[in-house]
Amino acid sequence: MQDKDAEELEIGDFIRTLKARHGYDFAQYAPASFKRRLRALRVRTGAASISALSRRVTDEPAFLRQVLAGLSVPVSEMFRDPWVFEALRREVLPILASYPRIHIWQAGCAHGEEVYSLAILLQEEGLYDKSQIFATDLNDVALEEAAEGIYAASSARLFSENYQRAGGRYSLSDYFHARYERIKFDESLKRNVTFASHNLSTDGVFAEVQLILCRNVLIYFNDALQNRVLQLFRDSLVHKGFLCLGSKETLAHTTVERDFDAFDLPARLYRRHAPR
Amino acid sequence: MRHASPAQRVVAIGASVGGLEALKQVLGALPADYPWPVIALLHTSAGYRGTRLDTLLAQRCALPVREAEARRPLESGVVHLAPAGYHLLVEQDLRFSLSVDEKVSYVRPSADVLFESLAEAVGAGAIGVILTGANDDGAAGLAAIRARGGLAIVQDPQEAQAPQMPQAALRIAGADHVLPLAAIGARLAALPRESA
Repeated sequence: MQDKDAEELEIGDFIRTLKARHGYDFAQYAPASFKRRLRALRVRTGAASISALSRRVTDEPAFLRQVLAGLSVPVSEMFRDPWVFEALRREVLPILASYPRIHIWQAGCAHGEEVYSLAILLQEEGLYDKSQIFATDLNDVALEEAAEGIYAASSARLFSENYQRAGGRYSLSDYFHARYERIKFDESLKRNVTFASHNLSTDGVFAEVQLILCRNVLIYFNDALQNRVLQLFRDSLVHKGFLCLGSKETLAHTTVERDFDAFDLPARLYRRHAPR
Repeated sequence: MRHASPAQRVVAIGASVGGLEALKQVLGALPADYPWPVIALLHTSAGYRGTRLDTLLAQRCALPVREAEARRPLESGVVHLAPAGYHLLVEQDLRFSLSVDEKVSYVRPSADVLFESLAEAVGAGAIGVILTGANDDGAAGLAAIRARGGLAIVQDPQEAQAPQMPQAALRIAGADHVLPLAAIGARLAALPRESA
């Protein structure tokens, strides 16, 4: 019991250090999974304790990248929950097609699996040339990997299955080259993608967009941070813009619940309406 | 809606291969006025992905069965089901959280993740149950529950459809009760009366 309390204190100290030194605020993350990640980071970096991690954060500015990468361990797949991408293709893109320019924000893009999924959708619907995707994450290591578009070849089968189930028109392998144990997506797929660092817990409106995808990010936040981020999304969306959340995320019980209509609930697609 | 209070106990059940029938049997033994929250976790890698597990379990259970949702509180007398593809965790304030972090013990949801978070949230109030399964998930979590004074119940490996998960739990965590399936539900049903 005493050990547990001591660890709690060390974790609180770590969060304060990270915020004071570098401006990253993890105080509003759901504690249980944050704690798991922090413990895993301690083990991976060979630190003797969470306090030792705090000291390294203070003493070694370069250590921050590794810390942020460890605290936002992004696990995703291409066309994850294929019905969502099928719904985007069938219901949302035809509406976005009426805009002269399409702006999309992928918030918390992690390793970029969904960025490439989105680019492929837009390309197949003939909309990519007038589209711009802003792909943001607070984790610079993940952003660099996202920009490379390289994934383990062992993922290819799952990605391809998802793509087909999402209504893919061709074969996913048309979009990547396999080499050794890796697959690399075509450079041309990111010609209209801007990868940028953005921290949802501290940064403001990023751009005015017609569609925001932010899937499986809000589950890591507490109520207050979730509401902050959802308000940010609301303020970033054009009138009648779309918000797509993760399959276990919802606007129910949030402060923006009344600013959106459910557009396709199984796909977690919401549509912003004018203030009532 | 009755929310769990910190003094309250929480039952968490982990199962894998053969777990659907086992869960039906255990949950079927709990009375409609069961006073504690119950959390049921079935590995979706065991082939149940996509099926309406809540509906299947509710048919045999006097308690309402609902999928656990992020940030929503644990409720007494409700069976909260771990959603497929997500780790399910219990926070200190007795609300759920979800994560899509890497698989633990090759599975997501993982009983280790659930049990460890529950042990930290309610300490000696945690009751961990390991049923049939063909991997080692849940053993480390059950050890965490026992380390904080919680109660561990493991299905008798002799009668489990897949004995590996109960065996791993016994090897790594040990148990307060090793019982056949038929007796586990009855034990869980009797516990509130004994601790009243």
